[in-house]
Amino acid sequence: MANDHDGTNPRAGTTVEKYRDDNLPGPGTGVVASDAVENPGFEPFRARVSDLDPAKARANERRVSGLFFVSIIGSVFAIAAYIAFPIVDGDPGSIRLNNLLLGLGIALALLAIGIGAVHWSKSLMDGHDLVEQRHGTRGTEATRQKAIEVFELGNKESGFGRRTLIRNTLIGALVVSPLPAVVLFRDLAPAENPVPLLQQTMWKKGTRLTRDPSGTPIKASEVTLGSAFHVIPEGLEESEHKLEEKAKAAVLLMRLKPEDLHVSAGREDWNYDGIVAYSKICTHVGCPVALYEQQTHHLLCPCHQSQFDITQEAKVIFGPAKRPLPQLPITVDSEGYLVAQSDFTEPVGPSFWERKL
Amino acid sequence: MANKPKTSARRDRGRRHPLATVALIMVGLLGTGGAYALFTTSASAETSTAAEAQVEDGSKLFAANCATCHGMNLQGTTQAPSLIGVGAAAVDFQVGTGRIPLAATGPQAEEKPVQFTQEQVAALAAYVASMGPGPGIPSEEYLGGEGDAAVGAELFRINCAMCHNVAGAGGALTEGKFAPPLGGVSATHIYEAMITGPQNMPVFNDANISPEDKANIITYLKYLDETPSVGGFGLGDLGPVSEGLFIWIFGLGAIVAITIWLTAKSN
Amino acid sequence: MSTTTDERPTTTVEPSRGQRFTGWAANYVDERTSISGLVKELGRKIFPDHWSFMLGEVALYSFIVILLSGTFMTFFFQASMVPVLYDGSYVPLKGIEMSAAMASTLDLSFDIRGGLLMRQVHHWAALLFVASIGLHMLRIFFTGAFRKPREINWLIGFVLFVLAMAEGFTGYSLPDDLLSGNGLRIIDGLIKGVPIVGTWISYLLFGGEFPGEDVVGRFYTLHILLLPAILVAALGVHMLLLIINKHTQFAGPGRTNDNVVGVPIMPVFAAKAGGFFFIIFGVIVLIASLFQINPIWTYGPYDPSPVSAGTQPDWYIGFADGALRLVPPGWELELGPYTLSLNVFIPTLVLVLFLAVVALYPFVEAWITGDKREHHIADRPRNAPTRTAIGAAGVTFYAMLWAAASSDLIATHFRLTIEGVIHACQFLLIVGPIIAYVVTKRVCLALQKKDREIALHGYESGRIVRLPGGEYIEVHEQLDEYERWKLVSYEDYKPLMLRPNAQGKITAGERLRSRASSWFFEDRIAPVTKTEIEKSHGDH
Repeated sequence: MANDHDGTNPRAGTTVEKYRDDNLPGPGTGVVASDAVENPGFEPFRARVSDLDPAKARANERRVSGLFFVSIIGSVFAIAAYIAFPIVDGDPGSIRLNNLLLGLGIALALLAIGIGAVHWSKSLMDGHDLVEQRHGTRGTEATRQKAIEVFELGNKESGFGRRTLIRNTLIGALVVSPLPAVVLFRDLAPAENPVPLLQQTMWKKGTRLTRDPSGTPIKASEVTLGSAFHVIPEGLEESEHKLEEKAKAAVLLMRLKPEDLHVSAGREDWNYDGIVAYSKICTHVGCPVALYEQQTHHLLCPCHQSQFDITQEAKVIFGPAKRPLPQLPITVDSEGYLVAQSDFTEPVGPSFWERKL
Repeated sequence: MANKPKTSARRDRGRRHPLATVALIMVGLLGTGGAYALFTTSASAETSTAAEAQVEDGSKLFAANCATCHGMNLQGTTQAPSLIGVGAAAVDFQVGTGRIPLAATGPQAEEKPVQFTQEQVAALAAYVASMGPGPGIPSEEYLGGEGDAAVGAELFRINCAMCHNVAGAGGALTEGKFAPPLGGVSATHIYEAMITGPQNMPVFNDANISPEDKANIITYLKYLDETPSVGGFGLGDLGPVSEGLFIWIFGLGAIVAITIWLTAKSN
Repeated sequence: MSTTTDERPTTTVEPSRGQRFTGWAANYVDERTSISGLVKELGRKIFPDHWSFMLGEVALYSFIVILLSGTFMTFFFQASMVPVLYDGSYVPLKGIEMSAAMASTLDLSFDIRGGLLMRQVHHWAALLFVASIGLHMLRIFFTGAFRKPREINWLIGFVLFVLAMAEGFTGYSLPDDLLSGNGLRIIDGLIKGVPIVGTWISYLLFGGEFPGEDVVGRFYTLHILLLPAILVAALGVHMLLLIINKHTQFAGPGRTNDNVVGVPIMPVFAAKAGGFFFIIFGVIVLIASLFQINPIWTYGPYDPSPVSAGTQPDWYIGFADGALRLVPPGWELELGPYTLSLNVFIPTLVLVLFLAVVALYPFVEAWITGDKREHHIADRPRNAPTRTAIGAAGVTFYAMLWAAASSDLIATHFRLTIEGVIHACQFLLIVGPIIAYVVTKRVCLALQKKDREIALHGYESGRIVRLPGGEYIEVHEQLDEYERWKLVSYEDYKPLMLRPNAQGKITAGERLRSRASSWFFEDRIAPVTKTEIEKSHGDH
């Protein structure tokens, strides 16, 4: 033990046998060297200038109290800044100034306290390293024995281990008891089934395509070559669940040269003279895919970089998305405004388990 | 003036719009008094002799500098598109920001020092406009930044922010192309970009975003340009990435330095 | 107290008023709480000094700053998604419809003096909180401070890390601006990608279809009540175990596995740590007063149609966003009528697995070494080459995911193509960790060899001496024994020898363990022994 206190070589001479003998936890594949270099013990204490020179110590003392004084100045400055630099309505510069000066005052007050306290501890408080002994984390054998006795006594007096019927029914009851809490969470959402909701949007036959956000209808003649219109269905503003509807119904409208479009069978009349409408909601995880390059006709999602080729019916050409963006079949009404022929023919947005149901 | 660095152009903004205004004044002095708009939606009605002289100048400049790629009659070649019907706005934007002539083939034409003087740009624009009607130089009334910033901001978020970033800091496009930052770009060029759709930018014609709404967008961008970021230095307006890098490099860096001081033995 | 009155002034000093009051108060409290026992037990506990031991404190202190600034903000924030028309002082949003959450956050920023400062303090402190936890975990990992008896505390620390990320994400979503709204949209997509139950979980979380009007209020409850409560409880256990296990220390003269050498809590460490709290607080306020963070006003209110270029989560969620970006095209299956979104489910799974490996690593290493001893001496990373190499590989893996989350910004800033950056990240996600592993392991072994060389033969002094025979040699300066001790005292393990057990059998588990053990300890540089030193000294 004496060796431990001056820190020299507590391990020398320990062997695997020692661990076995003392019933101590073993080293596993650890090598317990019998020939290890010995711990040389503590280095001699190196005194600081403030330990040796009282004048230096006094200078440090002044420095520390000076810092605490600076802190007071910082706090007072912050209060003064709060009052002297109010936020002036319509002047963003005043907010910047308020934020800056208030913050600098508080920062100064805090930093000066901190630096002062640390400087105090480093230069003036006792600089010797002290030693504390560690003891094994596990309790002593006597304590462990006592703990076991407590449990045994508890078991005996309650009959927990003996009366198995009581024990097992208690466990059963405890397992079942949280279930009502699980049920309680059902009404976090409305009673209806989410799947049909996800499979339809506001678009239906004859719904006019309107500008986002003004809601004004769009004439086919207004959509010139190279244009991109951000589109919402007519009447969205009046709908009950505006954002939820918009989150599904947002559409991007573009006009390409009709000969640039590769139209698949069954979609021949979905575009109107090269004007095509595609869901803006990414089929990956639902970001708005709104970056339209009018020369390459590529759409890019800014969140995860999926790319869709509008000339190939929004086929994925890069990135993590799998499915093409759903196309909205469009045509024009008698007044020349663009209208939907129907809803999307498949669910928009990110894939979900029941998507094909 | 044409070769003035970008920063000084930015400083000038707000008082006058160096490119468009100067161009108009030049034309006005040369012309019949400049009372009517010389570069409106169509230049075909231009009859005055001064303007004819300008078109003539533009024609010569075009033949010398542009015809190799765009063809003697603007019909285009395998290297460059036809310019018939692109309008004065497209020329003023592309040449006035230095994008054209192209320096080298790359993913896209990039802004660089302007190669021509204001008069030369105006002459080129007049010449191209005279060869076929197209969008003209925007009228002064939409460029002053007196619109509704809130309406402009909303339109900007819906139509522009996905490429140019909500703070106008720019963003990436496919295959090395990018949407440039909008800070310090003149109102005329912003308007022209919207109406002509340079390179891969979609066209926002007046039926899509009305001239008044374009003015609102310009008002908002002007507000962004002129208002200091209220919370302090903006870290490039690049959002969480620059914030994260900042806290790791400078925040934690400073704090680790402090911990080293804290635990070092004092002398 | 038997001294007479006239002797008193010379023998004892009359306690001052302040001392009398302190004594009375201490007595009052102790008689009701027996706190003197606690003070006796903890007051002079020893805390070893090393800069890297302060990183956990950085996390703790930034958490306190978060609690303080967050509490201030709750007085103003309205966690409601009810639409309102904004009528505050920020001109470009005047008259725009937005949720009450967004409007109240704007009011806090623009119309409350110091409100913006508190928001920025809160957000910067949150970024620092998670970052310092990360750095703290790396320190623990690379020094092997997770070994017995600290495995449980590593797990608790891991839980704290996950809770911190959850706190961060829920907080990021509260202002209901365009950035956080698109973040929630991505979360919605992620949840919907979970097979079978995804649709329903999303439906329940958002109180109906995305975005609904509930999620901000629900996240608010999680953010300010449930998560902080769990976090504080786990933090308490974390600190309690720290006190019970005592802090690790690096090898040094006089330091052994059975002692702890350093400064006492009262007064030196208390002053240092207390001062450090103020410094951390001060640094955060300084950053908040100078640098803008999350300007929600430029993002505008959430609307499902717009999005901003460069839409990214806060840095600590970046690795998840990066994982989503790196999925190659086409990972989606149709199983009869059901859709399996592997493009979101696989990255989620990879992240969960990665985090699980981080959480369980101490137990894996303990199983491989079979070492049941307590370890209180922190390893120098080079002295555990395989562990350090595994750590470097893990860091590289994480870093590649993280880098991928800013692929678009990397592309624009370095004039690269997005596609190129993504492909490079995909490649480096697989190859990078392997390279990092091999290089780190070789570097560690080389450093160990160098240490051994120096311990035995001293270091090159740069002094060239000509011997009488005309030969030139460089004089090697011997280390003093204190310096040498730091180089030679470390744990050493041998690969496990495969031996039959008591039944004379070699189990499959043991075979696996033996293989893992030789992977870990095949390349080993044994510590210098006493004999070697004596021999080398004899040579000179």
